[in-house]
Amino acid sequence: MSMTEIILVVCYILFAPLLGGLLDGIDRKISARMQRRVGPPLLQPFYDVVKLFSKQVIIVSRSQIFFLLSYFVLIVLTGAMFFAGTDILLCFFVMSTGATFLYFAGMVTSTPYSTMGANRELLQMLAYEPAVLLTCVGFYLAEGTFNVSEIATSKYSAILYLPGFFIAFVFILTIKMRKSPFDLSTSHHMHQELVKGLTTEMGARNLAIFQVTEWYENVFLLGVVGLYIVNASYYSLIAVVLVVLFTFFLEILIDNTSARVKWDTMLKLSWGVTIFTAGINLIILMIIK
Amino acid sequence: MMEMPIVPFLIIFPVIMACLMFVARAENVRRVLAFSGAVVIMAGSVVLAVQWFMNGSKLMTLYVETEVADHCILAAEILLMCVVTFLSFKYRKYWVCLLSIIPTCAMVWYELSGSKGLAPEDVMVRSDGIGLLSGVVGEYHIYIDRLSVLMCLIVGVIGGLIAIYAIGYMQGYHNHHKDVEDRSYYFMTILFLFLGAMFGFVLSESLLWIDFFWELTSVCSFLLIGYTREEEAIHNSFRALWMNLFGGCALAVGILYFALQYGTVSLHVLVAMGEAKEFGAATIAVALIAFAALTKAAQLPFSTWLIGAMVAPTPSSALLHSATMVKAGIYVLFRLSPAMHGTTTEAMIAFVGGFTFLATSLMAIAQSDGKTILAFSTISNLGLMVACAGVGHPETIWAGVFLMIFHAISKSLLFQDVGATENSLHSRDVEDMHGLIYILPRLGMFMFIGIAGMFLAPFGMLISKWSALRASVDERNIILVLFIVFGSATTSLYWTKWMGKLVSHTHLTEAKMNDVTKPTETLSLSVHAVLMVLLCMLFPLLSSIYVNPLIKEMFGKATGVLPDNILVVLVAIILLVFAVPIISFVYSRKMTFNRKGAYMNGVNTGDDRSFVDSFGERKTLWLSNHYYKDLVGSRKLMKPSQIFTVSVLIVMLVIIIGGAIV
Amino acid sequence: MANIKRSPWLLHYDGSSCNGCDIEVLACLTPIYDAERFGVMNTGDPMQADILLITGGINAQNQPTVKQLYEQMPRPKVVVAVGVCACTGGVFKECYNILGGADTTIPVDIYVPGCAARPQAIIDGIVKAVDLFQKRLEEHYEKKRGQGGNEVSANG
Repeated sequence: MSMTEIILVVCYILFAPLLGGLLDGIDRKISARMQRRVGPPLLQPFYDVVKLFSKQVIIVSRSQIFFLLSYFVLIVLTGAMFFAGTDILLCFFVMSTGATFLYFAGMVTSTPYSTMGANRELLQMLAYEPAVLLTCVGFYLAEGTFNVSEIATSKYSAILYLPGFFIAFVFILTIKMRKSPFDLSTSHHMHQELVKGLTTEMGARNLAIFQVTEWYENVFLLGVVGLYIVNASYYSLIAVVLVVLFTFFLEILIDNTSARVKWDTMLKLSWGVTIFTAGINLIILMIIK
Repeated sequence: MMEMPIVPFLIIFPVIMACLMFVARAENVRRVLAFSGAVVIMAGSVVLAVQWFMNGSKLMTLYVETEVADHCILAAEILLMCVVTFLSFKYRKYWVCLLSIIPTCAMVWYELSGSKGLAPEDVMVRSDGIGLLSGVVGEYHIYIDRLSVLMCLIVGVIGGLIAIYAIGYMQGYHNHHKDVEDRSYYFMTILFLFLGAMFGFVLSESLLWIDFFWELTSVCSFLLIGYTREEEAIHNSFRALWMNLFGGCALAVGILYFALQYGTVSLHVLVAMGEAKEFGAATIAVALIAFAALTKAAQLPFSTWLIGAMVAPTPSSALLHSATMVKAGIYVLFRLSPAMHGTTTEAMIAFVGGFTFLATSLMAIAQSDGKTILAFSTISNLGLMVACAGVGHPETIWAGVFLMIFHAISKSLLFQDVGATENSLHSRDVEDMHGLIYILPRLGMFMFIGIAGMFLAPFGMLISKWSALRASVDERNIILVLFIVFGSATTSLYWTKWMGKLVSHTHLTEAKMNDVTKPTETLSLSVHAVLMVLLCMLFPLLSSIYVNPLIKEMFGKATGVLPDNILVVLVAIILLVFAVPIISFVYSRKMTFNRKGAYMNGVNTGDDRSFVDSFGERKTLWLSNHYYKDLVGSRKLMKPSQIFTVSVLIVMLVIIIGGAIV
Repeated sequence: MANIKRSPWLLHYDGSSCNGCDIEVLACLTPIYDAERFGVMNTGDPMQADILLITGGINAQNQPTVKQLYEQMPRPKVVVAVGVCACTGGVFKECYNILGGADTTIPVDIYVPGCAARPQAIIDGIVKAVDLFQKRLEEHYEKKRGQGGNEVSANG
C-alpha cells in the first residue's frame, strides 16, 4: 500500500462521518428550500446524533446492538478497502455482507414494523445488487482490472466507456441512499414509512450507530460515483467533485419530486433499468473491447 | 507401474460393508459395524491421497489387464438391469425398464463382440502432431490425478461422515415417522453400496466402467428415494430413475459411437481428441456425455427429479442429492471441459447451466420447506458449476472446483442439520424455525454457519462466485455474466431470509426445546462445521498447493486466478469477520440496558407477542417471511423454463451432431 | 455535556380530540411556521422521540395506550399537552367516557392552551419543552455520575 492510500484510508475513517453528516445537513437544507421552507441548521444531523448518544439506552432485544456493530464495522471496512485501492468487487461483497447484518438487526427484535422494514430492506438489496455487480464488471471491462487504484489512475475516465453503467448505478443509488421513491424499508428525515420501518426498534445509541454507518456508506457510494470520473490527471479531481455534487443534488431532486412506489414497481424498475442501460452498454463494450 | 491396493479396496470395501449391513439385522451390531466401516472409508480415502502425494503426486494409470474385473462388471450390469426391470414391472411403470434394457444390451453386445476396432496406437498416428496422447500406452482402467483424488476425498470424508450421521438419524427418523416401516438395514446397505459406486466412478478411466458406475449410482438414488414406499415416494423415485436412465442412454450412445469409430474407450483419449476438434465422432460423444451430465446434475429441464428426491430420508439427500452423486455430473463436465472449450457444446452447457442458476434460485425464493429450499439451491449452485465447466476456461474450472468443494461441505452440513432439526422440532418448515438459535441453540448455530458458508463474505462460495464472474467476463460470455449477476442477487435473498428467521426472537415464550440429536449426528455436524471454517481460513493455501496444479494438469498451463494482494485482503476480512462478533459481544455485554416493549402502536399487551385489537381482545402476533409465490413460484416458472431449456437443448444438439456429421 | 437543545424529536399522539389541534400541529411543520428551523422532527416512533405532544383528552380506551407510549420513550422526556382538551378535558370534560386532561394519566410538563391552539403557541410550547428537556438531561447525567455512571462508562 502506498503512502497516499494510507492517508486516504485514515482520512476516510476519520472524516467520512463528518463529510457524510455535512452532506446530510446540506440535503435537509436543500430539501427545505425546495419546499420553500427555511430548514434546519446545516449542522442539524450532528446535533441529532450527539443527542441520540446522550439519551437513555432502552432496547427490545439485546442482540440488536451486536448486529448493528457488525454492520458498522463491515461498512467502515468496505470504505477503507475502497480507498485503499483494493478489489472493487470484494468491496461490494463486504458491503452486502454488512447490509445482511443490518437486516438481522431489524429481524432480531421480532416486532411487526421492524420485521416488515427488514423484509423490504431485503427486497431493496435484491433490487440494487445486480446493478452493483455489473458496475464492477463494467470497470473490469473498461480498465481490465478490478483494482480500484489502477482504475483510478487509468488514462481515460471510466465513464467514457460506461455511460450505461453509470446511469444504472445512479438509479440504484436512490435505493441505497434511502431516497423517495424507493425509501421502502426506512425513510429519512421527516418521512415516515411503516412508522420508522427497519429502525423502529432502534433508539438512542443504536440509532446513532445506524446513522453514522449510513454516513460512512454514503461517502463510499459517492466515492464509487467519483471512480467513474477520475483518471490519471489531477484536473480530473475537479470533475470528480463536480459530478459527485451534481449526483447528490440529483438524488435530492428525485427525493423531493417523486412519491414512494410499491416494492414490485421498485424491483421491476431497477432491474429493468439495469438490464436496459447496463446491459446494452455491456454488449457494446464486449464488442469493442 | 506401481500398484495401489488402496484403489480396489476403496471400491470393494464399501460393497462388502453393504453386504454386511444387509446381513446384520441386529440394531446394535449394525451400528458398530456401520460406524467402523465409515471410519475405515474415511481413512481409506485419506490414505489414498497421502500415498499418492508420497509418490510425487503424478498422474497414475493402473490396471491394464482387467479380464476378471471386466467380467464382474458385466455381470453386475446385467444384474442391475434385472433389478430395474423387476421393480418397474412391480410398480407398473413398464416403459422405464426400456431405458435400462436398451443401453445395457448395447454395452453387453459391444463388450462381448470384442470389436475393439483400432488399437490405441492407430489413434496416436491419426492424431499426430497433437502430442496429447503421448502418455497413453495401453488401455488402462484406473486413472488417478488431482481431480480424482479430490473427488475421492469429498466422497470418502463427507460420505463417511454422513454414514456416521445416518446411524443416529435413522433412529430419530423412525421415532418421528411411526408410520414408515423400519428398514434401516436396507437404507445403510444402499448408502454403502453407493459409496463404492462413487469411488469407482471417479477413479475409472475406462468409459465402460464409468457407464456402469453411473448406472449404479442412478439405481442407488432411485432405491433410496423410494425408501418409505409411500405413493409419493414411489412416484418421485421413478421420475428420478427415468430421468437418470435417460441421461444414461445418452451416455451409452455417446460412448458406443465413439468406441465403434475409434476403437477405444479411454476417457482421456476422448478428451484429447475432442480438444483437437477434428474428429467428428469425438465431438458428438462429448456432446452426448455432457448432455448426460446435465441429467445427473439435475439441470433444467431435468431439475424436477431432484426436488422430488427430497422425500427420501435426509442422509440420502445430503449424500446423493447434494454432496456427491449430483457432483458426478460436474466431475464428468470438468473432465470434458478442455474438449468443450470453444465449441457449440460449450455454448449449450454454459447456457443451460447459467439459466438453471438464475431460474432455480428465483424459484427457491418462493419455497418455505427447508429441504426444498436446499434442493433448489443445490440445483442452482450446480448450475453455476455446470456453467463454469461448460466455459472450459482454466479460470472457470478453478472457480468450479472451489464451488464444488465448498458446496459439498456446506450443503452436507445444512442437509444434516435440517434433518436433525426436523427430528427435534417435528417440522422442517423455515417458518417454524423462527428463533431456532434460541430454541435449539446447537442446531441453530450449525445452520447459521452452514448458510453463512453458502453466500456471505468471506466464505468460499462467494469467492468462487467472484472468480466465476471474472472468468466469464474474460471469456466475453455476456449471457453468463448477466445470469451470474442476477442469480447471485436472488441467491442471497433466499439465504438471508432464512438466516433472518433463525436469529429472530422466538414466538414461543417457553425457551428451549428438547434436543433429541444423537451423538453420532452431533459428531458429524461438528466435524463439518470445523472443516468449513478451516477450509475458509486455508483457502489461499489450498488454491496454491492443490487447485492451481490441478488446473495445470488439466490444461497444461497454470493461471493465478487470485492475485496476491487479494489474498492478503481476504485473510484480513476473514480475521475481521470472526473478530467482530467476539468484540461486539464483549462490548455489548458490558452495557447496561433497560428493556422496553416492542412498538405496537401502544397496544402491546406487555409480552411483545400479542396486542389488543379494536374489539379490546388479545391477538397473538405471528411474523412470517415473504415468499412472492405469485411472482416466482415454481408452479409458475418451472414449466416455462423446462420448455425453454428443452428447446434450447434440442436445437443445440441438432446443430452439434449435424455439424459434426456433415 | 451535549447540547441537545437543537434536536427535539416529537411524538404526536391524538387522544379524543376534534382534530383541530392536530391540524395546527401539522401546520407547524408547513413552510409558514417551519418548526424544522429548530431541528424539530416529527417521528412516529416513541423509541426515538424526546417530546410527547398530546392533543385531545384522555378517555377510558386510550388511557393504557398513552401510558404505554410514554413508557416506551427513553429518558429524558418531556410531555406537552396541546389544546384545552389535553390540558383539562375542555368541552368534552363532562362526557361519560372522558377522564380529563393528559395529566390524569401521565405527568405533563408544558400546557399549551387554546381551542384550537395556535401554531405560534405550539412552537412556543415546544421551545419551552426543549429548555426543560436540556435541564432534565443534565440532571439525568448528574444522577448517573452519582451512581457510578454505569451507562456513561459504557459510552466510553
